[in-house]
Amino acid sequence: MVKENTLIEIRWHGRGGQGAVTSAEMLAQAAIAEGKYAQAFPSFGPERRGAPVQAFNRVDTREPVRIRADIVEPDIVVVLDPSLLSIVNVTSGLKKGGKVIVNTKKTVKQIKAEFKINFQVATVDATKIAKETLGVAIVNTTMLGAVLRATGVIKKESTHAPLQKRFGKLGDRNIKTMEIAYDQVSIEEQ
Amino acid sequence: MTTRIGIEVSIAVADAVQLCNADVVAAYPITPQTHIVEHLAELVANGELDAEYIPVESEHSAMSACLGSAATGARTFTATSSQGLVLMDEVLFVASGMRLPIVMAVANRALSSPLSIWGDHSDVMSVRDTGWIQIFVENGQQAVDNTICAFRIAEDNRVLLPTMIHLDGFNLTHVIEPIIMPEESEVAKFLPPNKFPLPLNPDKPVAMGSFAAPGIFIEAKWAQEQNMKASKKVIMEVWNEFYKAFGRQYLPVEKYKSDGAKVLILTMGSFSETASVAVDELIDEGKDVGQVRLRLWRPFPFDEFRQAVKDADVLVVLDRAVSVGGPAGPVASEVKSALYNLAKKPKVVSFIAGLGGRDITVKGFKDIITKGIEIARTGSKNEYEIYGVRE
Repeated sequence: MVKENTLIEIRWHGRGGQGAVTSAEMLAQAAIAEGKYAQAFPSFGPERRGAPVQAFNRVDTREPVRIRADIVEPDIVVVLDPSLLSIVNVTSGLKKGGKVIVNTKKTVKQIKAEFKINFQVATVDATKIAKETLGVAIVNTTMLGAVLRATGVIKKESTHAPLQKRFGKLGDRNIKTMEIAYDQVSIEEQ
Repeated sequence: MTTRIGIEVSIAVADAVQLCNADVVAAYPITPQTHIVEHLAELVANGELDAEYIPVESEHSAMSACLGSAATGARTFTATSSQGLVLMDEVLFVASGMRLPIVMAVANRALSSPLSIWGDHSDVMSVRDTGWIQIFVENGQQAVDNTICAFRIAEDNRVLLPTMIHLDGFNLTHVIEPIIMPEESEVAKFLPPNKFPLPLNPDKPVAMGSFAAPGIFIEAKWAQEQNMKASKKVIMEVWNEFYKAFGRQYLPVEKYKSDGAKVLILTMGSFSETASVAVDELIDEGKDVGQVRLRLWRPFPFDEFRQAVKDADVLVVLDRAVSVGGPAGPVASEVKSALYNLAKKPKVVSFIAGLGGRDITVKGFKDIITKGIEIARTGSKNEYEIYGVRE
């Protein structure tokens, strides 16, 4: 009998300093707080501001995560910086039925056509939301909200405690920016 | 009440050291170990850990400071990695020869050159013969639990040996995962105060680590060897006590679906669980395979190891280090020598992979095991196979 696969693998693409690692960290902590099993880790190596970086999540609702290797066949891809779409093959290895969640001003239709993406796409103008709510263009918590809505991998309320802990007095504003992105993300209908 | 939290493994190890109420931390930062000592420095600076934090100018000095600290009877911790560990090398021998119960976390990483900050076991193998107890862990929970156990093992007056916890750099140190953190009161109950038998004391002067002429040196070394051998009993006793107190069990050699399996893969460290997934998949495909994990590297658990592999026909051994120009991978060499005089023994196939941070995927492990079975059948003129290399 083949067991039902309960493992979800997420690959975050960002640029050094945008907070992809923090997003993955918050997601894992929230999943663990829900009693799930989860991993978050960066693409290991020297950190360079502005350079393309990756971060990874594994979330399993049923059993401990045992695999310790980079995610090369993700279920979900998150793109924190729209400029990466033209320089990184973000859908590389993306599983059939996978999702791509992009921070962009453009619509789902425009993104799909322009970058020939044959997967379900969700878009959100995370940079605008972050600038308006936080005053900076750091989109980690914004994109976290978009991902939670587009994937349903965990409840958005579960991220409140990790966000409060991580951001201290900026916790409430980060929760707000996460919630706005959660509400505003456009998800392609399947 | 224990709490299950999502936490970076390095931070959790530092928190475990805090739970153990260490008195002295002397350390020098080096990737990928840095987060451990940074967090300890924070805990000391914030007054959350009442310890002396000695920021030294090199790892050689870090271990030297640890010598002095442990000799006074202070509970002593440090952490390092790779080049830092090999810079300590000279002092590591002194620590074990002087029977000083220092606990050290080693974030395993490749050695230069070429420069690599990524993980493998080259650094471990370079300190194999330093006389330290060496324990491997596979995940964050094991890292926390064994850090706590390490103090009790090292400081036990029947042992008094420095102890290393090997946790793979990045693949463990930089991962956030669920870890159950014990309560301080539970740890206090489990870990008695350090009662070093002959602490340095100006009122009662003692000489330590002094000169040994040929008339006594070999006796000193023999005593060290006897002592290291005898430590296994205490290590197992401590793990057993830990199991009773916390419900998580550790053994010198751990078996995964290996009883009765004809083909076994032997692993150490964080890739072990990935290999377990490969074993599960191969079993689903009808293969007769299992896994053996070496937790205790020193003292080498000969009896438990021989017992664990006695019914197998093939033993595939993964090494994440090379003995350049030498026989098989370092672990495979030891395994072969442990089996050589037995009448019935599995064929050992040595694989080297995962050097300098190269991943081994589930598919990679399946390939290694499948190729290992084939090589055991056909034979090979190679001392070892190297997996995943572009020639």
